[in-house]
Amino acid sequence: MDNLFNRKYTIQGLFIVIGLILLGTLFYIQVATDKYFISAESNVLRKIYTFPARGVIFDRNEKALAQNEAVYDLMVIPNQVKRFDTAALCRIINIDMERFNRNFNKASAQSRYQPSIFERQLSIQVYATLSEQLSRFPGFFVQSRTIRHYPDSVAAHFLGYIKEVTKLDIQNSEGYYRSGDYIGKSGVEKSYETLLRGERGVVNMLYDARNVPKGSYAEGRFDTAAVSGDRLISSLDLNLQKLGEELMHNKVGSIVAIEPASGEILTFVSSPSYDPNLMVGRNQGNNYMELLKNPNRVFNIRPIQGYYSPGSSFKPLDALLGLQEGVIDPNTTFNCPGYFKVGGHTVKCEHVDGNIALRKGLARSCNTYACYVFQKLLTQRKFPNQRVAYDAWQKMVKKFGLGEKLGIDLPSERNGRLYDAAYYSGKYSKYWNYGTVISLAIGQGEMDATPLQMANIMAIIANRGYYIKPHLVKAIGKNRVIKKEYVKRNYVDVEARHFESVIDGMQDAVNAPWGTAIQSRIDGILMCGKTGTVQNPRGKNHSVFIGFAPRDNPKIAIAVIVENAGYGSTYAAPMASYIAEQYLRGQLPKNKLAEVEWMKKQVILPAPPKPKVKPKAKDTDSVAPATAAPAPAQVTTNNTTTTSTPIPPPQ
Amino acid sequence: MINQQNSNRFFFNVDWITILIYVALCGIGFVNIYASIYNPEESTVFNFTTNYGKQLIFIITGLVLGLSILLLDAKFFSIFSPIIYGVTMLLLIVVLVVGRNVGGNQAWIPIGSFRLQPSELAKFGTALLLARYISSFNPKLNTLKPVLIAALIIVIPMCLIMLQPDAGSMLVFLSFMFPLYREGLPGYLLVVFWGMVLLFILNLFLAPWVLISSILAIGGLFIYFNKKKQQRMIMIGVITFAAIGYLFIAKVIFENVLQPHQRTRIELILGLKTDPKGAGYNVNQSKIAIGSGQLTGRGFLEGTQTKYGYVPEQSTDFIFSTIGEEWGFVGCFVVIALYLFLLLRVINLAERQRSSFSRVYGYCVACIIFFHVFINIGMTIGIIPVIGIPLPFISYGGSSLWSFTVLLFIFLKLDSNRMGFI
Repeated sequence: MDNLFNRKYTIQGLFIVIGLILLGTLFYIQVATDKYFISAESNVLRKIYTFPARGVIFDRNEKALAQNEAVYDLMVIPNQVKRFDTAALCRIINIDMERFNRNFNKASAQSRYQPSIFERQLSIQVYATLSEQLSRFPGFFVQSRTIRHYPDSVAAHFLGYIKEVTKLDIQNSEGYYRSGDYIGKSGVEKSYETLLRGERGVVNMLYDARNVPKGSYAEGRFDTAAVSGDRLISSLDLNLQKLGEELMHNKVGSIVAIEPASGEILTFVSSPSYDPNLMVGRNQGNNYMELLKNPNRVFNIRPIQGYYSPGSSFKPLDALLGLQEGVIDPNTTFNCPGYFKVGGHTVKCEHVDGNIALRKGLARSCNTYACYVFQKLLTQRKFPNQRVAYDAWQKMVKKFGLGEKLGIDLPSERNGRLYDAAYYSGKYSKYWNYGTVISLAIGQGEMDATPLQMANIMAIIANRGYYIKPHLVKAIGKNRVIKKEYVKRNYVDVEARHFESVIDGMQDAVNAPWGTAIQSRIDGILMCGKTGTVQNPRGKNHSVFIGFAPRDNPKIAIAVIVENAGYGSTYAAPMASYIAEQYLRGQLPKNKLAEVEWMKKQVILPAPPKPKVKPKAKDTDSVAPATAAPAPAQVTTNNTTTTSTPIPPPQ
Repeated sequence: MINQQNSNRFFFNVDWITILIYVALCGIGFVNIYASIYNPEESTVFNFTTNYGKQLIFIITGLVLGLSILLLDAKFFSIFSPIIYGVTMLLLIVVLVVGRNVGGNQAWIPIGSFRLQPSELAKFGTALLLARYISSFNPKLNTLKPVLIAALIIVIPMCLIMLQPDAGSMLVFLSFMFPLYREGLPGYLLVVFWGMVLLFILNLFLAPWVLISSILAIGGLFIYFNKKKQQRMIMIGVITFAAIGYLFIAKVIFENVLQPHQRTRIELILGLKTDPKGAGYNVNQSKIAIGSGQLTGRGFLEGTQTKYGYVPEQSTDFIFSTIGEEWGFVGCFVVIALYLFLLLRVINLAERQRSSFSRVYGYCVACIIFFHVFINIGMTIGIIPVIGIPLPFISYGGSSLWSFTVLLFIFLKLDSNRMGFI
């Protein structure tokens, strides 16, 4: 027609260009990116989690130490909440308006469309009242879950506690945990968390735009049921644990008992302790803060974290190493004039025994004897110098599990302290010899052991030369699995024959009239042991006893430390004897029961409140001359150790 | 030859291809309205009280309406176009008095259970009068007076509709610019107009000094290249300063004339605001639904966003999101291809008309449909602000379906009579 006809193509071209723009955009949002696809899934799909019950923890006789109790979390979906009687709700769940507002704002901040916890852990009674009236409170619903309950309120340090996960936990778990989950924070709850926690169940639900559930996704093909956690059978003996905790009541210290043949820990007492039920439920936070106020540090796990000089309880090791190295034989005698002098150091002995050999030396806990053995070990001709000899000695001592973690199945175990030659060379330059470190011979000086390490040494002696890593869980799950590392024997490279003479000495310490712990003798059971009185720069000496029983085919190895309680024979040794007898006989004779009751009542706490120990009982009557507690100044120069004088057996 | 055509004028001269596309689009509309309303929990027995049931009635009656238009004499539309225009303008005034206010717009006249939307009728009323004006007077659209007259025909309904106020329907009348362009309206007018729209948008995006300095720079460049031609230099200078002045006016319009929700929508589209749960909720949900369809879609009645009501107004303005979700990119492609085919076909048919009335009217039909399609799909995928206008032939609603049917079938009637005189 005219040149205007060409404008047809302009207009048609415009249509096509716009059409292509639309298609291009559509291609991008539909095919090129899956961003919108994912958003669509999150629009409609909600994962509803069901919480598994945590694995139950039993004692060695399968009595429950930790079980589960149902509680009810009140949940809220903020955007579904309509006007309702807030006062009524507050009354039912027993909170004030302020808390109500705080909870509600917190939930709203988390998500307006997703459920979040409004008030946690309502009891079953509250739940019963609430569920009747729940329809009055639109947007609220109740979710059940389980929390821990500890029927006997014992073994808090072993069990540990669980807590709601923190943001950090969620991060570290790479998305396993979700807000509101619980996680083991200490103790066995932490170390066996992955087994105990079980598997969450999940239901994939479809929701419409008004947040009304529309049924399950893909006929539930991707749903899973919650699987409860594995049950754990602990090695602890509930009765023994209870007895131990009661004995240590109002005292500071630790009791560890091990079954030598298996390495299973029978008692794991850390004092002061607390009721594990305090760390459960709505008051967990408050209770925790309250417990933190205790000056004796309730949350210290003393059996694996407490550092104590082994003291005289180290002496059996001196003897064993001496025998193994051939520097002494059981009949080698040394003269004890009441002290051992080397260079500027003098190690005092509580008594003058004259010539003394191994058996009596151990029974009497003779410092001089121990020092002579140590001297011989470090001055052996086969070593070019004493520093090399020292390293060899340290290596042998380490084999007994000192200075390094034993590898118990609890978190936060500590190493203990035992230095190598390089450390001393650094400290004293080249000019040091056995005299410089002579206090190590009597388990003092720069050496610390945890109660577990001490008990483990007893297990080694009881086993005549090996130990199995001490552990607290003897069977996991239905199939009663045990970790391989907890069945392996660890040999200490001291021949079995050398043990008998050492054990002779330890037997005498408890059973011979001149033994240091004779008053803790058990009729009919040969307990072997060693008292220790460990100097404490901050106060009264610690009372220590280590031992095992019976002598042949031993069933229990034990270490008892009672802080600030004085001589080993006063508190530690009798406690050990009660534990051993209770375990071996299943009960205590009547006369012992009275002693136990007396012992339970004693209060020995450092600093204020003042100890209320009344020196009326026979044990305390004979306690230590006044000079026995050395001034701190003395400690720094002379590493003295004192053992109690033999006292007549109880009538 | 002519006799033969006359005797078979319904069957041989009507462009059946266009009717086929029309039926296909209506069918697609029905299927997707069914899916939008489908509730898996309720029984699926067919029911005429539901929206898909009603839509089926609308489609059938629409077809009847369309076929009866084919029975009318082709001259009717040309002759009565001023009257039809007048009546529709009257209805636009009536609706302001007796109209029912739905969602802030007074756009509906209730007649029994049926609601009449005069702005839909005004579209073909205006198209007819515009065609009549151009065919009768053969005006030179590069001169001022005819342009003003043509503009008046278009602006009257726009103003009336703006009083409702229904910005979406009003904007559709801008599509008449293209038929005028085809009939000789100078291209630079279009360029100036759309340039102003572009500046309006840029004005919201960029800091004033950036915009002003770039306009000055561009103007300066043009002057530099035309420094030999004094007249052009002056013109460019005037345009440059007019553009800068326009910026201020546009700012004032945006901040004072537009309603707050319209402002928010524009700002959301331009990405000046992000608020996926607020005003941008519809668009965001619509994009999610469409995007989740991926290449082949989730399948009929399988779209979760559709089923569970995540996209508001899904059977009407956002029907395209159902198509996108359940039929995927493939489905979208088919729908857009059908529209494109229809538009190109109508333009081609328009160009074969002997009478300029039919041609202009054909262009009007194509451009109105084009505007609807572009704006509607554009808004569902978030490249255009949310402007509530339906997707032709597909969206639920009798008023819209019938008016598009009438619009299209009048043209088909004119086309079938292309050899005759109008």
